[in-house]
Parts: sequence; structure tokens; C-alpha cells
Amino acid sequence: MRELKLMKGNEAIAEAAIRAGVDGYFGYPITPQSEVMETLMAEKPWETTGMVVLQAESEIASINMVYGGAGCGKRVMTSSSSPGVSLMQEGLTYLAGAELPCVVVNVVRGGPGLGTIQPAQSDYFQSVKGGGHGDYKLITLAPASVQEMADFVETAFDLAFKYRNPVMILSDGVIGQMMEKVELKEFKPRWTSEYIEENHPWATTGKKKDRGRNIITSVQLESSVQEAFNHKLQNKYQQVEASEVLFEEVLCEDAEYLIIAYGSSARICQKSVELAREKGIKVGMLRPITLYPFPVEQLQKYAKQVKGMLSVEMSAGQMVEDVKLAVNGAVPVEHFGRFGGAVHSPGEVVEALEQKLIGG
Amino acid sequence: MAKAKGAIVVDEVKCKGCGVCVTACPTKVIELAAEVNGKGYHYAYMAHPDNCIGCANCGIVCPDTCITVYRAKAGATA
Amino acid sequence: MSDINTIIKPENIIYKKTDVLTDNVMHYCPGCSHGTVHKLIAEVIEEMGIQETTIGIAPVGCSVLAYNYLEIDWQEAAHGRAPALATAVKRLMPEKYVFSYQGDGDLAAIGTAETIHACNRGENIVMVFINNGIYGMTGGQMAPTTLPGMPASTCPAGRDVSHDGAPIKISELLAQLPGTCYVTRQSVHTAANVRKTKKALRKAFENQAANKGTSLVEVVSTCSSGWKMTPTKANEWMEENMFPYYPLGDMKNE
Repeated sequence: MRELKLMKGNEAIAEAAIRAGVDGYFGYPITPQSEVMETLMAEKPWETTGMVVLQAESEIASINMVYGGAGCGKRVMTSSSSPGVSLMQEGLTYLAGAELPCVVVNVVRGGPGLGTIQPAQSDYFQSVKGGGHGDYKLITLAPASVQEMADFVETAFDLAFKYRNPVMILSDGVIGQMMEKVELKEFKPRWTSEYIEENHPWATTGKKKDRGRNIITSVQLESSVQEAFNHKLQNKYQQVEASEVLFEEVLCEDAEYLIIAYGSSARICQKSVELAREKGIKVGMLRPITLYPFPVEQLQKYAKQVKGMLSVEMSAGQMVEDVKLAVNGAVPVEHFGRFGGAVHSPGEVVEALEQKLIGG
Repeated sequence: MAKAKGAIVVDEVKCKGCGVCVTACPTKVIELAAEVNGKGYHYAYMAHPDNCIGCANCGIVCPDTCITVYRAKAGATA
Repeated sequence: MSDINTIIKPENIIYKKTDVLTDNVMHYCPGCSHGTVHKLIAEVIEEMGIQETTIGIAPVGCSVLAYNYLEIDWQEAAHGRAPALATAVKRLMPEKYVFSYQGDGDLAAIGTAETIHACNRGENIVMVFINNGIYGMTGGQMAPTTLPGMPASTCPAGRDVSHDGAPIKISELLAQLPGTCYVTRQSVHTAANVRKTKKALRKAFENQAANKGTSLVEVVSTCSSGWKMTPTKANEWMEENMFPYYPLGDMKNE
């Protein structure tokens, strides 16, 4: 029987984590995502599934607890919002460097600095370009509904373990705080230690006599070894780019103009597409669901069809750079978006489209 | 002459010649060699084997665990 | 010399390298206390029969490569974060033994928050703390535990307390926290002290078996390269200068 519930996006993350059989959550409170840990603490999953939930002393500690848990082959996660995720960048580069799977949720708020607790999409660069030091990438999923907040927890863990790489769920204050109907999945059991030892033989589960030591580390003193390892990472990212691109298309078939938008901005732009079509402008929308890997091929396909593209983001223009890189000058690409905690209206988007691409 | 009750074997290749064992030996058995090993260290050796009482202090303090200590059972003769 | 050949027989071995230590030659400088402490942890693991169930957390610092020397599973942490890793490893696998191994910069400077809060939560782990009053790996810079007047590359005229503050007695601080069950300060410069340190480590791991909370074993150590002394001279200097400021003994034993 379908189990439906009215939930906030943040609550959906927590509920989905328990149901997916996640082993551990380590976090630190920050607005607008504190409901994730609050929900977990209220649900007490340690009494049911055995999931560990711990409030750490900082985001730095949280992400390093995630590192420790991930190193044991456990499914562990954290969540935070922009300033907290900045603090986690050190841990994330170590996780990527040690090839550890984990899930990090960023319910983005406006910055820079302490910024505002209002929603924004200004952490795009930080999420998809690495974020910390060194050559690495985070697989980045961008939910646009409370249902996707719930569903992407499991998707993210599957990708994280498939590629032994951290996965970011890049949400924002709108999706985190809004309430929608969610269809919840059935409870899945947590992995047994036998399952982990068999399927994740790299994990530090205690050195058995029949195997060598398992060492989780990101240090390489020899540059030639580090270079070889970095090639391995780059090969992995190429595989990710070839196999894991997810996107949604809205009225693209006959589109003469294309809006590119993700997350809550895509929800707004769906209405903008309607409004524009009422005015006789043939607009479609491409919603990247994975921001890394980015739907490059799809954009290249539409570059042959449309007269212009508008990247609509709640930022000063970040994803627009990836759109430009994808189409490589084939069509005009513009950016529009309110930012710093402000959210654009569907009408503002249509106006921007008319002014920037169609010409007024 | 004191009867030797103990003996040590130093891994001369691993020894870094720190000399901590020399200080730790209560009967002044160990000295650092005049020659050096492959790493350039004046390795430790049993300079006065007859004095060794097999107390294992040298092995215990050795940071590189390169000393194995032997002690003859009571009553054993040479 | 025939005496010796009759003594050197397998049945007469009374001290040898434990199999929990790997055969790798340690990268540490001659006389470095790290090697001795590594060995003691390995011996305790062997004697307790917990090699298959122990996970070590290595730090950043000279002992960043500690995982090369003990034949167990390891995780290498970012600088100062070992207690956070250890927290998660132990909570997710409570049946395993978990210890962190950290130097003074790692535990008492950059990782102070992680250290204090792991101890305050009473994480059921062993924390091994090597205090040699200097940053060894990066080339002899001032540590949070560098003694007043003691020179280092970032305080060449000696630590000036009016400028740098006094060295931190972090173990005394941690002993105040209800989460710690055992806080002790030891050394490994003489055979007697090595034996005491081993007993302390054994007690710390037994505390973990008994679920008693956090055990912290500080080892006041030398850094002959950083201190610019011979290893034996460094041991003497430690006795004369470090021990008065960092007195040996148990601060807490519950």
C-alpha cells in the first residue's frame, strides 16, 4: 500500500534516510536545514533500525565523523547549509581523496559570509567544481520537490558506493522548508557486517587473517603515485559523465528558446514556460537533475534547435558558465536570477527572456 | 669472569644507532660500532657479551624494535 | 663466545618484535619515541588478542604514516580530526577496538575541539597523545606544548609566554571532563618507563572493553631532530625540562 505523508523537504530527507537503512547521520544545527536532525532525533531510529544519530560539535567534526563511518563501509551522511558546508570542504576533499562514499545534503542559503537564511543557489560552483583543494568532483543531485528530496537519498547512496565518491544533494531553503505530499518507500534493512565485508572489501572492518591491512588514506608522498591516482580519479569522473547524467525536459520539442534551471528555480521556470507560451513565445525548459555530471550532450543537441538559452538560477550566474561551456558559442547564452536570498517570480523570468534573448 | 646468562641479536641493517639501548643497558654490554651500516648509522652491537644478563631493557627501549633478547634457562650450562 | 651461541636459541627468546608490527623500517629519526609507542600498542594488541578487531586512526604529523607499521586496519585522518573519525568508527562498530594516535599539534592545537568534545561525550575509545613540544614533520615549529623559553623555528628566541601564551596542559584539562575515565601521562625514555607506559596502554584498551569511556594516554616524548640534540641527550633534556612542566603519573583513574 502506498504510504503518503505531508512533509517538509528537510523532514523527507530524514525519513528517507531511516527507511533506506542508512547507518549513521552526523550533523550540526544550521538554518534552514535543522529539521533534518530534529526529525531524526524525534524518530529515534537507533531503537528501530539501529541507525546512529549524533549531534557533533561542528560541521568540521560532522564531516570527519562521516569520513570515519564511510571508511568502515557504512552508509553515512550529514546535512547542513551553506556556511556549514564551507566548513566541510576540508573533509570532502579528504573523502574524495580517500575514495569514500557518503552523502552530504546542502540546503543552500544566501551568502557570502553568514549571509541570509533565505534560499539561494549560490553554492553551485562549490558543489560541482570540487569545492575543496585538489582535483576532485562531487556527484551532485538537485532535487526540485519534497518527493525528490526523499527519493534522492537512496539514489545518492547508490551512486556514492558505485563510484566510491561523495555525493552532494544540492537543495535550497525553498525545497527544504516547503511542505508537499510524499510517497514514502518501504523500510529496507541496514547492511549486515557480512554484507559489507563481502561487497566493500576495502573497508576498515578489522584485519582478518586472510587479507592484508585495509588502509583508508589520501596521502601520497611520491608525486608519480599521486599522479597515477589522480588519473584514476579522472577516469572515474569520465565514467560518471558518460553514465550518470539525469535531466528533465519540459516542452522542449518545438522550443525556440530554452530555459535551463534546477531545483526550486526550475519549479518557478515551469510556470514561466507556461506564461511565455501564452504570449506565443515557444519556450522549453531543461532541468538538470545531476549538476555534476552536467547534461552537456543534451544542451549541445538543443543548441542546434533553439535561438538562445537562458540559465535561470538564484545566484549571480554560476551554472550559466557550464551552459556556455557546453554550447561553446553555438547560440547566445544569458543568465537571469535574483540572489542573496531573493527569489525570482515566473513573470520576471519571462521579462528577462524577452529582454536578453528575444530583443525588446 | 662473569658467566653470560643473556645475549642479544641486533638487526644491524635496521638499527639507526640512536644509542638509547647503550644507556639502558645496566651492565654496559652494548656499544655503537665504529663502522656504519648501509644507512650510514653506527649500529649497536654487543661489545661485552659476557656481561649480558638478559634483562631485555635494550630491546624494550629500542624505538625500531631491532633487538632480540635471549636468556638461558636457570641451570643451563654453556 | 661459545656461551653466546648456546644462549641464542629460539627457546631462549625473551624479547622480540611482535608480529603485530610490520617489517617496514620506520621512517622516524633515530631515537624517536614514536617507534617505541607504536611497538607498545602493537604488543598490547597482540597480548589482548584483538588484532582482528582493532582499528587505528592515524593523524597528520610525523605519525601520519603510522599505518605502515601496525598490522591492523587503519584510517588516516585530516589534521586534528582523528577523534571525530574514532567517534564514528566506534559508534558504528561498537564491538571493535578503536584508538586514535595524535601528536601535540594535532590533538592540542588544530584538533582541540574534536579532542575535547570526544572526551566530553565519553567516546569509548583510546586516545594516544605524543607530546614532544614541537612540530616534527613540518620542521620544528612551535607547538601548543612548546615549553616557555624553548626555541623552535617559529620562535627562534624561545617561546615568549607574553606573546604566545603558556604551553597548554591539555591532559589536565581533559581529566576534568566527566567523559574521561582514565587520563595518564607517561614516558618511554627508560625501560622502567616503557613498562609503565605499556601497562597504561593495556589499561586503556581494557577500559574500552569494559565500556568505561575515553582513556587518554599522554606520552611525553623527545624529538631529537626538532630539539637539535642526540637521542640520549634529548632524553636527559626531557627529564630536566619537560617533566617539571608535564609531571608523569595518573591524572584520573576511575
